[in-house]
Amino acid sequence: METLTLNRTAVAVNAEGYLTDMNQWTPELAKEMAAEVNIELTPKHFEVLNWLREKQREGVQLSIRKLGNSGIVDIKTFYQLFPGGPLKISSKLAGIPKPASCV
Amino acid sequence: MKRILILGAGTAGTMMANKLYKNLNKDLWRITIIDKDEDHYYQPGFLFIPFGIYKPEDVVKPKRKFIPEGVDFRINEAAKIMVESNLVIMQDGSMLPYDVLIIATGTTPAPEETEGLKGDLWYKDIFDFYTYEGATQLAKRLETWQGGNLVINLAETIIKCPVAPLEFTFLADAYFTEKGMRDKVNITYVTPLSGAFTKPKATALLNNLMSDKNIKVVPDFYLQRVDNDRKVLISYDEQEVPFDLLVSIPVNKGDQVVEASHMGDEDGLNFIPTDKHTLQSKNNENIFVIGDATNLPTSKAGSVAHFEAEILLENILSYINGQPLKAKFDGHANCFIETGYGKGTLIDFNYEIEPLPGKFPFAGIGPMGLLKVNRANHLGKLAFRWVYWHMLLTGKKLPVSTNMSMAGKITE
Ligand SMILES: Cc1cc2nc3c(=O)[nH]c(=O)nc-3n(C[C@H](O)[C@H](O)[C@H](O)COP(=O)(O)OP(=O)(O)OC[C@H]3O[C@@H](n4cnc5c(N)ncnc54)[C@H](O)[C@@H]3O)c2cc1C
Repeated sequence: METLTLNRTAVAVNAEGYLTDMNQWTPELAKEMAAEVNIELTPKHFEVLNWLREKQREGVQLSIRKLGNSGIVDIKTFYQLFPGGPLKISSKLAGIPKPASCV
Repeated sequence: MKRILILGAGTAGTMMANKLYKNLNKDLWRITIIDKDEDHYYQPGFLFIPFGIYKPEDVVKPKRKFIPEGVDFRINEAAKIMVESNLVIMQDGSMLPYDVLIIATGTTPAPEETEGLKGDLWYKDIFDFYTYEGATQLAKRLETWQGGNLVINLAETIIKCPVAPLEFTFLADAYFTEKGMRDKVNITYVTPLSGAFTKPKATALLNNLMSDKNIKVVPDFYLQRVDNDRKVLISYDEQEVPFDLLVSIPVNKGDQVVEASHMGDEDGLNFIPTDKHTLQSKNNENIFVIGDATNLPTSKAGSVAHFEAEILLENILSYINGQPLKAKFDGHANCFIETGYGKGTLIDFNYEIEPLPGKFPFAGIGPMGLLKVNRANHLGKLAFRWVYWHMLLTGKKLPVSTNMSMAGKITE
């Protein structure tokens, strides 16, 4: 296990940089992690992150499509908010595990 | 008399009808199974039809043949499940009550979900091969196709038989090579996944096969629409891939009856929330779900349906006897993968363990190579058709353990 030290607080992360305990997450931490990948978090970003955290707690298998159906953003906007791999990036910023794609 | 009602007489429903018939007390239980279609299709055979390896007639038989005489088999389409009153309403307005319901309605491609996919070019330069119709039409197109950009695209990550698109791609490479026109064809594999496959060890092997065969992989491409005029695929983040011939694996959806009954999960694809170990529906204790209709995090495959059927039989017997559901499904999947030129490979995995290299023990047949490309695995794939019709559907035991075994696997 590795640790990530941002703003003087250390949180445990795995080799790919995902938090190993979602309870160590704070909005400030998310902002700092986002800055590292050149994303400035807006209230819309936070709506997405909070939704992901809520679903993670419910044990839901996350997907881009589920987010697209959540009523928060459509898929196109989701890609604009988190360019590259939106689900992977937003999950990291939400402090939850990397979404497992099942075979 | 009490009734067990099975919706869908495909791979999973047919197996369950056979197994339950052998194990239930016929004085107490009546088994009814319904399907909207008289014909049973051997879907793994659809892969071979476009290349003329199988003829369309090789993959169809009447459903009736595989259902025991004493089982009440009806042709009808389920329109809505009334979970409050334990009734299923049929398309023709008739109603069937049940005490226990098994949903085995599978999944089918829904090209209409993606803008422009089922447009002017559908079955002209855009084909699916996951349906009998699509595979047969594509066979005709390939016969006379002169070459250009062949693009294979997965529109979604949750599809049945996730290895079939890879197999199609490998077989296409061999087909054009054997026809002496491989130099006229560019093959591109466009996928929403981050590589050829999902799990690291299998992906490494498959990515290598792709580059050996000169097939370009475009990863992380999530299809938004198809532009028919310009003949390009466009992703949600505006990447574009041009094609001359597009072989699409459209979004796969569960049946309409799931939607009409508001039973699907939040993906909106009509897959039913199912306990991944017991196969009981998460919302109704007298409803069980099996095969492609579930939302389980494992492959949607015939082999998976077979392993699930062993577990589900036990759990249904427990349920009707008022016992706790003890049998636990581990997500076991076992898939032969055609790699072209009379060779194939084999993967075996479950919810926890990714496909690993090593040897796979087949009782009575001998070990097969896991994540190895060889002739034996190709023969295994071809033999699966016989096994399917003669053993699997009618619920006979196969020489493979229900839960995944670590025997022969190399973990290091
Ligand atoms: C191209 C291709 C290649 C494949 N290769 C392999 C392979 O190599 N190995 C492997 O293990 N698997 C393979 N599969 C997957 C395998 O065929 C499926 O996973 C399997 O058939 C699933 O069984 P099922 O019973 O859940 O669904 P199905 O067999 O599809 O059966 C569903 C049935 O329900 C009926 N139905 C649906 N809705 C209703 C309704 N409302 N009312 C009445 N009836 C209804 C349908 O008519 C159908 O008969 C492949 C699939 C494809 C398409």
